[in-house]
Amino acid sequence: MASTIRLKTRTNDGVTTVRAIIRHPMETGFRIDSETSELVPAHYINEVIVKHNGNVVMSCDWSRAVSKNPYLSFMFKGADTGDKLELTWHDNKNNTDSIETLIE
Amino acid sequence: MLRRDTLKYLASGSIVLVSGLLKPLTALARWNDAAFSAVDFDEAITAYFPGKEIKESEQITIGVHAIVENGAVVPIKVKTDLPNIESITIFVDKNPNPLIANFDLFPGCVGFISTRIKIQQASNIIVTVKSNGKIFSTHTFIEVHEGGCG
Repeated sequence: MASTIRLKTRTNDGVTTVRAIIRHPMETGFRIDSETSELVPAHYINEVIVKHNGNVVMSCDWSRAVSKNPYLSFMFKGADTGDKLELTWHDNKNNTDSIETLIE
Repeated sequence: MLRRDTLKYLASGSIVLVSGLLKPLTALARWNDAAFSAVDFDEAITAYFPGKEIKESEQITIGVHAIVENGAVVPIKVKTDLPNIESITIFVDKNPNPLIANFDLFPGCVGFISTRIKIQQASNIIVTVKSNGKIFSTHTFIEVHEGGCG
């Protein structure tokens, strides 16, 4: 199955910018399905962790109010081209996905 | 008897080890259920930073449009030049649950975060930054034409 995560990096003057987009419905539990007229159960990512060469560099706690197909960007120092960067998400239904990329 | 106790000890130890391996994310991020479930802004921020004094700071900027058409996708950028940042947290006071997202920044991180959030109605966005163990905040008001929590 194709990954749910797109992870990109760019390093300028020692600062690495990380950009990620995750494919996920981020259902609030407040939305009514137009076909069944029933509430769609809450289904959302609540944790995201990013590791640089195995060490946590950024971690998120999210509510259901992060938009559908979440976008995330942050910046950190100390990475070299070719270092490993790993992003893992975890949702309220115990689904999870992870991707690893090399820093550019 | 001694042998049996040792086996019991080993068995319980390995159970702890296995369950520890199964839940690395939960252990790391410590999702704060009381704060995320709170329906009132004051309740949410107090539950998230219990016993902490929160000071207004001009060293935090919130990049967001003052008027948004679609509350389901509101791009937001937070920048701060406060030193030794540990976390950036976003609240929206009129949302059903005002605590939106927390970002723990580890040493080496720049004071910057960008994401997209849902906003139900005209609200104050409140951003807090934990710097040197203290909590600082700033806020901005935004209008929403079509709410985004449906």
